[in-house]
Amino acid sequence: MILARELKKTFGNVQAVDGMNLQIAPGEIYGLVGADGAGKTTTLRLLCGALQADSGSVTVGGADVRTQTEEARAQIGYLSQRFSMYEDLTVLENIRFFAEVRGLSSRDWLPRSMEILEFVGLAAFQNRSAGQLSGGMKQKLGLASALVSRPRILLLDEPTTGVDPVTRQDFWQLIIQLVSQGQVSVLISTPYMDEAARCHRIGFMKQGKLVAEGTPGQLRTLLDGQILELRGTPLTEIRHLAERTQGVEDVQAFGDRLHLRVEANQALEVISRLETAIPASGGVLTSLRSLPPTLEDVFIALSR
Amino acid sequence: MNSRLFSIIRKEFIQIFRDKRTLALILVIPIMQLFLLGYAATNDVRNVPLAVFDQSNSPEARALLDAYRAADYFSVAYTAHSEAEIQSLIETGKARAALLIPPDYPVRLSEGNAQVMFILDGSDPSVAATSLSAAQLIGQNHATAILSQKVSRSGQNLKLQPPVSVSTTVWYNPDLISAHFMIPGVIGMILYAITAILTASAIVRERERGTIEQLIVTPIRSWELVIGKVLPYTILALFDTLEVLLVGNWWFGVPIRGSMLLIMVVSAIFLLSGLGVGLFASTIANTQQEAMLTVWMTLLPAIFLSGFFFPLEAMPQVLQWVSYLMPLRYYLSIIRVLLLKGVGISSILPDLIALTAFGIFIMGAAALRFRKRLD
Repeated sequence: MILARELKKTFGNVQAVDGMNLQIAPGEIYGLVGADGAGKTTTLRLLCGALQADSGSVTVGGADVRTQTEEARAQIGYLSQRFSMYEDLTVLENIRFFAEVRGLSSRDWLPRSMEILEFVGLAAFQNRSAGQLSGGMKQKLGLASALVSRPRILLLDEPTTGVDPVTRQDFWQLIIQLVSQGQVSVLISTPYMDEAARCHRIGFMKQGKLVAEGTPGQLRTLLDGQILELRGTPLTEIRHLAERTQGVEDVQAFGDRLHLRVEANQALEVISRLETAIPASGGVLTSLRSLPPTLEDVFIALSR
Repeated sequence: MNSRLFSIIRKEFIQIFRDKRTLALILVIPIMQLFLLGYAATNDVRNVPLAVFDQSNSPEARALLDAYRAADYFSVAYTAHSEAEIQSLIETGKARAALLIPPDYPVRLSEGNAQVMFILDGSDPSVAATSLSAAQLIGQNHATAILSQKVSRSGQNLKLQPPVSVSTTVWYNPDLISAHFMIPGVIGMILYAITAILTASAIVRERERGTIEQLIVTPIRSWELVIGKVLPYTILALFDTLEVLLVGNWWFGVPIRGSMLLIMVVSAIFLLSGLGVGLFASTIANTQQEAMLTVWMTLLPAIFLSGFFFPLEAMPQVLQWVSYLMPLRYYLSIIRVLLLKGVGISSILPDLIALTAFGIFIMGAAALRFRKRLD
């Protein structure tokens, strides 16, 4: 559906996107993750043509964004990170405006708008002004207006940031429903790893580049056998000790336990080193075992 | 009609009518300006407070004073009893002019060489200039009257008359009422300011609030966005024109001698310049404040170099040349001619061509700069 080749974009002397290659298949949910400033938003804006790339190409459903701009845009539904509906218009007026400028006729827009408002659960609020909606409802309105013209690909830029867990859950149900009906592909950027885990494929961005790509399972195997869970007391001292231990790359505290990331094939050595070092320093080691890596672990490892 | 364009226009109108405060400003400000400038921005000098120090206290002196009273340029506001008092009256601004009549006025008058002293506060040159010529004129007329009286009293039966008399008639604005000159100016200024400021801020607002990001990814074309944004404000501005014209006619009696249709067409052409400046400002500014200031920067030279307040003929040559770059200049000269003289299109043609050319140039340049993109 979307094919991006060697996309580059510079702002001043900041290389925001530096040679992105991206391919999204029909019916796929693709998650774009990465730390703040990694270039996710810029990438999405380049894909929908809101920004023009310095070099590289983007085609959407076969149409080149630069030369066949309107054809390409007709297939895209874009939900920007910042709320970008008109706050002084009502829900229905917003939907109507975006439906009409996207080419729905005066006969079609109303049934389609009601259908889509029904779908996102905003039908009861059609006459409320957009500025008075809650954060979650605003995002649903944005989604509705992106969907109203039946796009073939949805670009969602951190749609669930700052939204409560229940609404996030609702939002994802909507996306999964859309994709399972075979209507759209979805490219979603998100800072949440639990959301990334719901995607068919994930791309990790760092400094404007895609540094890893694959299914959630494939990405997790990147760190297979490199994550250890440690319990013991006193935790603070053990943490300092672990950080100094040879073969340990990173230590994260999770409440009453530590997650250690160790160098590849070093897990057994690290375990035996700690099993002697902790009692020697006067601490108590309750448990130390290997854990299956999470996407969060992968995210942190790739971000460093 | 292009349905995308129509949707943008309808959306814009919904927003305009929903923002009641701005709408009220758009409709009320022109009337406020009209009244403010119709009354305040006037060069008509009336009832300048005059202090009189009459040292002769004679019937002849009172006759002279009556002559001053009769013309409504001056009102005798103070009777002073010393030169020091005159000075303090003028210093405090209570009197703007003073008339000093010497003790020997009747004697000197009969000898035929009387002199009175007229003192003017020159701190406001335009009031002083008008007062000065008025004072001289009144004095001369009085002198002529005395002379002809004298001659007739001396038994000679010939009527004394100056050898040359200039008979003056003022056309189009016979009473030289400033309001008739100012109100066309108000229309021009308001058209320019409202269209430029509103257009600029309507476009920049989309950027400021982030809604431009959604607009960009729609199939709306740049020209549709430009026209859709600009047209509603054009209509409002034309409504304002009509409003100022009618209120100016009804309240200030400004004549509308030209064809109303021609006036509206010329105003619409002039709007191109204001809209273009607004559009141009919107391509430079990132916030509504920046847009407003950018428009302001063009507004002041436009007003001062258009002949709105100050006559172009009095400006240094360089500024006169610069004034040819101000579309408002052409519009003012056209609208004044149309309102006061009621001529047809042929006598305004050169100005109209210049106005159209500027409008197309400014609008075109701004539209070329305008890009429907984020960067």
